[in-house]
Amino acid sequence: MSTYVITVATFIAIQAIVAYGLNIIVGYAGQISLGHAAFFGIGAYSAAVLSTKAGLSFWSALPLVLLICGIFGALLGLPSLRVREDFLAITTIGINFIVEAVFLYVPFFGGAMGLGGIPKVVFFGMRLKGGGLLALCLVCLALVILLCRWFTKSWAGLACRAVAADESAASSSGISPVRFKLLAFVLGTVIAGLGGSLYAHRMGFITPADFAFPVSTMILSIIVLGGMGTLWGPLLGAVILGALPEIFRPIADYRMLLYGALLLLMVRFQPGGLLGDASVLRSILARMKGGGGRDR
Amino acid sequence: MLLEVSDLFVSYGGVEAVSQVSFSVGEGELVSIIGANGAGKTSILNAVMGLVPPSRGAIRFDGSDITRLASHLRARSRMRIVPERAHVFAHLTVLENLLVGAYGLRKSMDVQQRLRSLYEFFPVLEERSSQLARTLSGGEQQQLSIARALISDPKLLLVDEISMGLMPKLVETVFQALHDLNRRHGLTILLVEQNALASLKIANRGYVLEAGRIALEGDAADLMRDAGVREAYLGI
Repeated sequence: MSTYVITVATFIAIQAIVAYGLNIIVGYAGQISLGHAAFFGIGAYSAAVLSTKAGLSFWSALPLVLLICGIFGALLGLPSLRVREDFLAITTIGINFIVEAVFLYVPFFGGAMGLGGIPKVVFFGMRLKGGGLLALCLVCLALVILLCRWFTKSWAGLACRAVAADESAASSSGISPVRFKLLAFVLGTVIAGLGGSLYAHRMGFITPADFAFPVSTMILSIIVLGGMGTLWGPLLGAVILGALPEIFRPIADYRMLLYGALLLLMVRFQPGGLLGDASVLRSILARMKGGGGRDR
Repeated sequence: MLLEVSDLFVSYGGVEAVSQVSFSVGEGELVSIIGANGAGKTSILNAVMGLVPPSRGAIRFDGSDITRLASHLRARSRMRIVPERAHVFAHLTVLENLLVGAYGLRKSMDVQQRLRSLYEFFPVLEERSSQLARTLSGGEQQQLSIARALISDPKLLLVDEISMGLMPKLVETVFQALHDLNRRHGLTILLVEQNALASLKIANRGYVLEAGRIALEGDAADLMRDAGVREAYLGI
């Protein structure tokens, strides 16, 4: 593999991890979030600060990074989850801008210049670069997918999906909506934190703009495209949205146009995403598996 | 009394939907609240279940005051609702819908055994257990909604407008099922219904709701003989 392919694949893997986190919040628990990049950023900045200022390695900092993200997820999630739908969307956008502003204006976080000198990940004395780091990202991605798979099968996952489907019906079945929305939110932000940590150590230096609002919309687009609430949707969405800009590089000026048109077409013709319920791709896959195509 | 509602008021943005309503449901009873569309029946049930906050009044269930209790805690104390239009979880399978009903109870009861007895009562649900709930017909969704409530072995079942949107033949079946659950299995049921005749036929007692107030109450048989009720609600 060329360095170029490895670089693109690494970013796709990291974005997929972050998108899986958002998928738990939006896809499984039904809580729209337009500020997921804030938690991606909190993860990245925590990793950067812990490694450059406290001298921790990637590994010893990771549990702390995840904990910090979980705490911020709970603190920022609790008030947000009391409001519904459009207000929740606006509140989460607000969270994104506030977090970005904190990174930008608090000198401790390096301001607009960001934080640099973040060391490479060291694995058994080996400094992970290129292919090594890609392998680490892929392992993390696989673990996140397994976690999501386990979550959908668990009682807590079932409760989350019930809350997403019908909050009143869920609460009158004995499920506390706030508790499970918060659980999904915290789980989603912790996964975003993992992505953030990998990103920081991959880049070596990070700036507030890396975690700005457009990044949140990009992550949301990934799961909308791939299929919200599906197990493989975030991966498919991340691969397509990560690879398309590279494939369309010769016509770079029209990239955003194509990208916008693609999303519009999706929303119009496949609102459930490529792997959503009753999508074209899904029925083709079901047919290929043989026999009961319609049966799912 | 298992459920005692006293001087209940429910209002939405200043408009009173329910005014000073008092009623009670004893253990083992099947009580029906009848009234026209918009009389406030659903608001009463939702207030009992904790889905809308009452502006005034008190609700006591099983010996304790639950007026301010969150609805999921009411559900845990074994009060369940079959909401209007079933409200099944459309993108969950039939089995998953039932498991949601058993949430938090798997330590205190044998869920598999509850499932088996429900499947006996509603065989179609077993046939379709792995299908998504949205693929069920209206009548099947109602059955699923009842089963989802029953899996918890409730002390009190609230049933909201179950006849709505069902074919007349199915209405009969569903009411027969409620009758059986009450008489044979001793399940306490509070029913609100527009279909006054069908619901009074199976009820022990009834309340007539008019514009958010209780206009009349009594034994179901007496209500069915009442001239005013016959004219206004039974179309006789």
